[in-house]
Parts: sequence; C-alpha cells; structure tokens
Amino acid sequence: MVKEIERTGLPVVHVCTVTPISLTVGANRIVPAVAIPHPLGNPSLDQKEEYQLRKELVEKSLKALQTEVDKQTIFED
Amino acid sequence: MTKLRVVHYINQFFAQIGGEEMAHIEPEKREGAVGPGAAFNAEFGEQAEIVATIICGDSYFGENMDKAKETVLEMVKAEKPDLFIAGPAFNAGRYGVACATITAAVKEELGIPAITGMYKENPGADMFKDKVYIISTRDSAAGMRKAVPPMAKLGIKLARGEEIGASSQEGYLPNGVRVNFFEEERGAARAAKMLVAKLAGKDFTTEYPMPSFDRVEPGKAIADMSKATIALVTSGGIVPKHNPDHIESSNASKYGEYDIADVNDLCCDGYETAHGGYDPVYANEDADRVLPVDVIRELVSEGKIGKLYDKFYTTVGNGTAVASAKKFGEEIGKKLKADGVDAVILTST
Repeated sequence: MVKEIERTGLPVVHVCTVTPISLTVGANRIVPAVAIPHPLGNPSLDQKEEYQLRKELVEKSLKALQTEVDKQTIFED
Repeated sequence: MTKLRVVHYINQFFAQIGGEEMAHIEPEKREGAVGPGAAFNAEFGEQAEIVATIICGDSYFGENMDKAKETVLEMVKAEKPDLFIAGPAFNAGRYGVACATITAAVKEELGIPAITGMYKENPGADMFKDKVYIISTRDSAAGMRKAVPPMAKLGIKLARGEEIGASSQEGYLPNGVRVNFFEEERGAARAAKMLVAKLAGKDFTTEYPMPSFDRVEPGKAIADMSKATIALVTSGGIVPKHNPDHIESSNASKYGEYDIADVNDLCCDGYETAHGGYDPVYANEDADRVLPVDVIRELVSEGKIGKLYDKFYTTVGNGTAVASAKKFGEEIGKKLKADGVDAVILTST
C-alpha cells in the first residue's frame, strides 16, 4: 500500500515496528515504531507519558515527510 | 547408520502454547519433537531425528531480533546438530521473518546446514531467499502435509553434503544461483519450440525470467507542513466499533474508508481493531496507539500541520495477498491525490 500510494507522487512515511519488512517491501521513508500491537503507544506508561511518546513519533514522521530522500531511509532519531 | 541430529524451530502457536496472547514468550528449548516435528520425524524415518525443539513467540522475535537470535543460536549450538529446520511458516509474516532470520544465522554463524519453508509472498522469503534454502509452501497451515516431505528431503541432502538440484526439482524458492549444465537440445530448437507454443497459446517456461525490481521514486518532501493536508492510512485494522464493513481479520479482501471530520480522539468506545494475528487488547483500549488521531488534532491546533484529511483508510495486513494490498493502495492513492492531500502517514502493526 505504501508503494502504490507513493506512486501517485504523494510522499508517504511508513511507521512500523519491523523495519526490515518495510525495507524489503520498498517504503522510502520509514520511522521505527514501539511494538507490533501498539506501534504508537506504550500501555506500560501512564497516560500523559504515553501521549508524549506518541507525539514525538508523529513529529518524527512529519520531519521525515519534510526531508528530501533519494533512497530508502530509516529515520532513527 | 547413525541418525542425523536435527534441531527444529517453531513459534508459540505451532508449539500449542497459545495464540497471539502468548506471542511475547522468550525462546525455550524442549527435548525431542514438538507439534509439526512429529511429521518431520515420520518423514525422516531411520535417517534423522529431531533431538530438540526451540520455541519462541513471534512478537518477541520481531521486537528483540538481535537478542532472540543470540539466545536461539546458543541453544542450537549446544545440541551440536547435523541439520537445523525452521517452520514451515506458510504466510505468517512475523513467523516467516523469524524462521528465515534464524536459519540464515545458523548457516552463516554456526556453519550448520539449515533450511526453512514458507509461502512465496511471506516477507521472510524476499529477505532471505538468496541466503538460505526456503522450500515453497502453501499460504496456510493446511499445506503442512505437502510442505514436510520436500523440507525433510532437502534437509537430509544438505546435512549429508549431497548435490542440490535446481529450485524447480527440489521445491525451494529460486535463489538467483545459476549452475552450468549441458542441454540436450540446441538453443535455436528450444527457442523455436517456445515461440510455437506461445503462438499457439500453450504453456511455455521461459529460460530467463526477468528480475522484478519494484521500487517507487520517493515523493517530494513537504516544504511547509503548516499548510499541508495529512491523511492517515493503516494496515493495522482500526475500524469503527463492530467493524461495520466486516473487514476480514486475515487475508482482507477490502479496505474501509471512514469519516473522522468530527473525531478528535479514537480512544475508548468508538473504535477497535479487526486485525487478527496480533494481540488486539492495546488497540481496542485506545486505537490512537495505532492511528494517532489525537496527536494530529493537537498538532493541527498548534498550527504545525495545516489539516487532517477528513477520512482515514484502513485494512488488515495479516496474511493479505500482495495483489490485494496493491489494489487497495492504488485506489486509496488515487482518492487522496484527487482530494488534494499532500502527504500520508501509514502505520503498520
């Protein structure tokens, strides 16, 4: 899905936990997520901390979308 | 003749420990065969025997790849096996990646012959088919009976250092290795026969399949996020409560399009996940953990994002055919483009 959407020309950031799969499939902008059942959350944190964690991941995704890439790139930090 | 010693790797499901709720378990080793190991032992007969089975949860492996690999390698090493077999994993994505990763590690780091088996669309296959022998299986565990004989046969050949035939003979996924041999018929005659078959609309097999490099040009970066419209898409199966369009929990045949123009938060009662294959508890408690609507709304109100697109698109990635995902992506992409969306955040579980 990432690839077909990006084929229309829209930049897509793929937020996922198992980044090797994303690389194999062919996503160009990849942001590593927290865990498979809760990619943008962490139930062991309290609500406020968890929200903050999610906000940081979304901000990282926005940064990825604002960064020109010419090859597959994992945005670690 | 002494029996070859085999170590077998399986996940929590095939070990009958449990389903998704047990996918977090750390690697453990048991003596002898467990689950599908019995079928392998029956196929081996007097030639080989599973001496130990290593079991690891799929999520544990996926989330702690380096640590899990190290632990499993230690366990394998201690058994001094002649052969290592993982799976078969069919079309289970995390399991397939785990099987292929550990098979490659056993082969490369321990120097022990190793094979695995899975469906050709399993992501583990694409990642490792040029590194280890992966027997091609069907896409579900219903294919176990057909998967075991070629895995057992190729495994024994490898362990004994016998010559391995072509992928089409042994049943493994083509690994890009070419071996010279003499054809009985001249090239011109073969080409003419192929052409005649093609013109007659009959089946023919090419001798040189084109490799497929399916890569997409990265989209242009967004220059001004404060004016951009962002759309949310997920393969994590987030749907309105009770899954109104009945998106399947695996091998999805459709995607959903849901209006969130007046939704600020996916928490609690309105949404859930339709996805099978991962523990749904966390997503059902708060679907923002998969599709971060709450945070995006705040960023919009802070002026950091121009707008959140009024709809989100969702499907279930679990065992879904590549052809279906491709079709969903094409349709979703077209709609987003036509509606003036500037960029997409796609989340996967």
